[in-house]
Amino acid sequence: MSRHVVARVSEVPPEGALRVTVKGRPIALFNLSGEFFALYDRCPHEGASLCAGRRVSIAVADTPGEYRLERRGEMIRCPWHGWDFDIRTGQSWCDPEHTRVRRYAVSVEAGERLAKGPFRAESVPVSVEDDYLVVEV
Amino acid sequence: MTRGIVDCDIHPNMASDAELLPFMPRRWADHLRDYGPLNHQGLAFALQHPRFNPGVARADSWPPNGGPPGSDLDFMRAHHLDAHNIDHGILMSLRPAGCDERNLDYGAAICAAANDWQHARFVQPEPRLHGGIMIPQEDPDAAVAEIERCVAKGGFVQVNFTPRASEPPGRRRYRRILECAAHHGLPVGFHVSGVPGHPSTGAGHLTYYLQEHHSNMPGMQAVVASLVLDGVFAALPALKVVLIEGGFTWAPALCWRMDQAWRRMRGEVPALTRPPSDYVREHIWYTTQPIEEPDRAEDLAEISGWVGWDRIMFSTDYPHWDFDDPRYAFRCPLTAAQRELVFSANARALYRLP
Amino acid sequence: MPTALHGAIDCDVHIPPPPTAALLPYLDAYWREQFTIRGLVGADFALTTSASRTPLACRPDWRPGKGESGLALLQRHVLDHFGTGIAIGHCLHGAVALHTEDMAAALCRAVNDWVAAEWLSRDDRLRASILVPTQNVALAVAEIERCAADRRFVQVLVLAMLDHPLGRRQWWPLHEAAARHGLPLGIHAGGLNRHATTPTGWPSTHLEDHVVGAQAFDAQLASLLTEGVFTKFPDLRVVLLESGFTWLPTFLWRMNKIWRGLRAEVPWVTRLPADILRQHVRITLQPVDAPPRPEMLAATLAQIDCDDMLLFSTDYPHWQFDADAALPEGLPEALLPKLLRGNALATFPRLAETAP
Ligand code: FES
Repeated sequence: MSRHVVARVSEVPPEGALRVTVKGRPIALFNLSGEFFALYDRCPHEGASLCAGRRVSIAVADTPGEYRLERRGEMIRCPWHGWDFDIRTGQSWCDPEHTRVRRYAVSVEAGERLAKGPFRAESVPVSVEDDYLVVEV
Repeated sequence: MTRGIVDCDIHPNMASDAELLPFMPRRWADHLRDYGPLNHQGLAFALQHPRFNPGVARADSWPPNGGPPGSDLDFMRAHHLDAHNIDHGILMSLRPAGCDERNLDYGAAICAAANDWQHARFVQPEPRLHGGIMIPQEDPDAAVAEIERCVAKGGFVQVNFTPRASEPPGRRRYRRILECAAHHGLPVGFHVSGVPGHPSTGAGHLTYYLQEHHSNMPGMQAVVASLVLDGVFAALPALKVVLIEGGFTWAPALCWRMDQAWRRMRGEVPALTRPPSDYVREHIWYTTQPIEEPDRAEDLAEISGWVGWDRIMFSTDYPHWDFDDPRYAFRCPLTAAQRELVFSANARALYRLP
Repeated sequence: MPTALHGAIDCDVHIPPPPTAALLPYLDAYWREQFTIRGLVGADFALTTSASRTPLACRPDWRPGKGESGLALLQRHVLDHFGTGIAIGHCLHGAVALHTEDMAAALCRAVNDWVAAEWLSRDDRLRASILVPTQNVALAVAEIERCAADRRFVQVLVLAMLDHPLGRRQWWPLHEAAARHGLPLGIHAGGLNRHATTPTGWPSTHLEDHVVGAQAFDAQLASLLTEGVFTKFPDLRVVLLESGFTWLPTFLWRMNKIWRGLRAEVPWVTRLPADILRQHVRITLQPVDAPPRPEMLAATLAQIDCDDMLLFSTDYPHWQFDADAALPEGLPEALLPKLLRGNALATFPRLAETAP
């Protein structure tokens, strides 16, 4: 396990996403109302980049015809065939038992602290004024 | 695989129907502006089973410089042709739909303009892309004339026939069109399309897009049953048919049913001198997308063997949402020979591509 | 007599629709007078889709001789010959195709009463399905309510191609009544021809019509599933009669695949479609539409991957098999107990009440 500085916090706008590469691995960063999450950015189905997907909620219905939304905007819909994944856990909605995308721990760190290490920040120049996203890979 | 891939289903697109105007005579350009299409459905411009994605497209296929997915050739090159090592792509223009237009002369003008547009915008500038001839199929004279015109023009490798037509494609009214295609050595491609006014299933009109999307598959079976049992292949031994975007693992079971019923009722169709499955095996090719995904991946390989590896051709449906990625579409392992056939050789032979 | 089938439950035999004259005693006074003065007593109400003149409609050696009743023929060719335990009969009368719905309802009542009196009461191995006037759901429900007390009626009978797919909410009172009475919904091949039978228009021949008729079952299952009928009526069982079943693997895979992508459109479908369908849908054996080699049939059954779905049937008198070959080659031995009896007893709760 190593911790990588991958982006400035401001690069992942509210309800937005950013694709970064860590150790050659594509990782999708998501901003969920100020909380940050990181998923392996390859759909387990046919490999689409989840970063390009749309944010959706979970649609539920206790009986046909009565629609209700839960978990507003907390799912990412794959840009290709529409499988939905829970941004928080990486779990698939259509096949929760067998299908999930790998999740990585993310933390927000102040640039000031990062300057001291032991983080790796190959691609992101760190300045003491900013906050950064750090992913554990 | 040393050679690149052949993708048998790529959709070029236009920002709006106005792109056709330069390719239309004044008379019909005025008609497009002043009257527009006359459909067999309640809505003039939108589909009655609204789709699930903007532009029916992959969310990542919108060109950065604007326009809808499939409309920017440069972006298509980078995003699709180069990225997937595609040597050849077969174009499938879907709109505007001249083929089921009720005003036949207008339909013919739309098809001709769409063919010229496709040629000028995609085929001529990009040697990897090959055209499909859109035809006003409800007017066989005009359809034949359009095929002849496009053959003379060059750059087209297929005749596009709308599977959901006024009548099943085996009906005699369409025979001349199929004959003309066979005469020119052009396969006839049936790509899911058409709004003929019939419900999408024999059971009636459907409620959800989910059902409508699914009905493409049984719809293709009706095409096969019609072509085979109405004697088209018996009459036109040189005809080759490609079923595009209808899947393929259903084909063996359909053949078994046709053969069984034919053994009982062949007296009704004396033109068929062989079991229906023989005609299917000889005359029909299938594109893969949207590929079937059995629970056990090896079932796909087993059924592909029943269908015939020499009849299955890879397609992506780019840029549509149900796109298949050539790297992952087949979840079962293929032998090198099978891979070569499906991703390259079958289509090169059928469409006579280098 | 082939012993393998002894005691089997045959879930699809045909009770030939009677001539209208035979139904007159079962019509009320108004309809009896109407039929008589309108010259309808001689009318033939055969359905187009039952193609009653084609070679498929009757096996050559089962064609009726002179003077033998329909029941006697069924007994001789099937019940006595195979040693059938129970047979479920379907009388596909053309009443269901009439546009005049009150007349249709009167005829359905007459047909059901005729079936009870002339068939069920004369051979206690027989059970029957309730023919309902699908022109009007309220009338159809009323007919279920009227017949349900007679426990020898074990199923509701509708055609595969009606005006609208069976999942639509307008049909739900029918499904509710069927489920409440422990009557599976039997969907039989054929239809009303109210619209083209394929998305590309009308087929040209009886042969083609028969072949594409199977696709209506695909559409009905997709409709029942997506509309949430099995969510709403968890006890409802659906029996496909003469649909064939070798098309099922591709259908199940494709429903799973499309649901994974479009699940949000039908959020009440919360499990894999194939699992729901395996639980709720049963299919009669004939016609098998069998592959050329027995091992391919075994492979197809393995792809379907469910031992509960198939129900033994002869489809008498249709010409689906010759001699005694009612069981196709390639069926695994281990499937036979369920296929021949177990699945039927689990599907039709009323059979168990009196099963010999
Ligand atoms: S690639 Fe993501 S759903 Fe298919």
